[in-house]
Amino acid sequence: MTDALFAGLDPDPATRDRLRARLVRDAAAADLLDVVVRTVDSPVGPLLLAGTDRGLVKVAFAREDHDRVLATLATEIGPRLLADPAGLDDVARQLDQYFTGARTSFDLDVDLRLAHGFRRDVVAHLPAIAYGHTASYAEVARAVGRPRASRAVGTACARNPLPLVVPCHRVVRSDGTPGQYGGGERAKRWLLDLEAG
Amino acid sequence: MNTLPFDPTATQYADTVLRVCRAVLGPTPEAEDAWSEAYLAALRAWPDLRPDSNVEGWLVTIAHRKAIDVVRARRRHAVPVGAAPEPRRPGPARAGDDGIPPLRDPRIWDALAALPDKQRACVTYHHVAGLPHAEVASIVGGSVAAARRASSDGIARLRRDLADVLEGGGP
Repeated sequence: MTDALFAGLDPDPATRDRLRARLVRDAAAADLLDVVVRTVDSPVGPLLLAGTDRGLVKVAFAREDHDRVLATLATEIGPRLLADPAGLDDVARQLDQYFTGARTSFDLDVDLRLAHGFRRDVVAHLPAIAYGHTASYAEVARAVGRPRASRAVGTACARNPLPLVVPCHRVVRSDGTPGQYGGGERAKRWLLDLEAG
Repeated sequence: MNTLPFDPTATQYADTVLRVCRAVLGPTPEAEDAWSEAYLAALRAWPDLRPDSNVEGWLVTIAHRKAIDVVRARRRHAVPVGAAPEPRRPGPARAGDDGIPPLRDPRIWDALAALPDKQRACVTYHHVAGLPHAEVASIVGGSVAAARRASSDGIARLRRDLADVLEGGGP
């Protein structure tokens, strides 16, 4: 009965979208946002993108559980986090171009604050592996000056906060097989095939 | 220090918060302004919110206060004239160019606005926002029994005022 009485109070989807867009805009203008997130579809499944005022800070595959990623971002960076369905559009566009083979490198500001210590050294080195090429875990270990740390290189790649954009998928086993990947081995093989042309 | 992500922890109550703003202000652009101000204020205060807080109750309280502020501002700015003040007309019961959804009947807004303050607050918090009476009592002050009574008195009065609307099943 009271439900019927108040049915007219419920917003329609257009109102919801308009209010959310306005909140994102007002929050940005008031400098109140720690993190902006957006989800995009891709050939390797839905991707969560997250950005700060410094640049792209996180790309997450569905396997990482996006709800948990949001919780981690809030803890590590700040809890003033909002989804903006129209945000990070430069990132979304460059990823689209990459997936269609029209782009071989990314031109984006990145925020590497989620990678610490040795992992950060590895992540910083990965863009040196060119599109269409691969390197073994041992080769990357030598390149960052820790020749015996190939296992740690594997961990650093698996926890790369910016997969795809920072190309950890180009680091493979010494026997040439793809090896593990945050987005799953199938996704890794798909990306290597894409880059092989 | 609260470290939960604002989205979706706070944004999941977006509809409830808008219902509260509309209950006070009607389906008007002012209700959307109150929603926006409430969520912006909530975002600002978010890191300092105690982690065990009832997020929904907190948001609804902020929104209701923002909406009441708008009502008070209206009264302050109202131009005194000899004739009766112009009745608040929330608009026709159909979707307009501004995207406001169709209403069952616009008379609900006038009926809600005509309730005594405490009844309207309790009806809004309990029936519109869905907060339990105990929570409502902690917001409006007084006992749980008084909050329950104000709420049921308010609903009874709304039913009486809107009897013809409810019997007719609406347009």
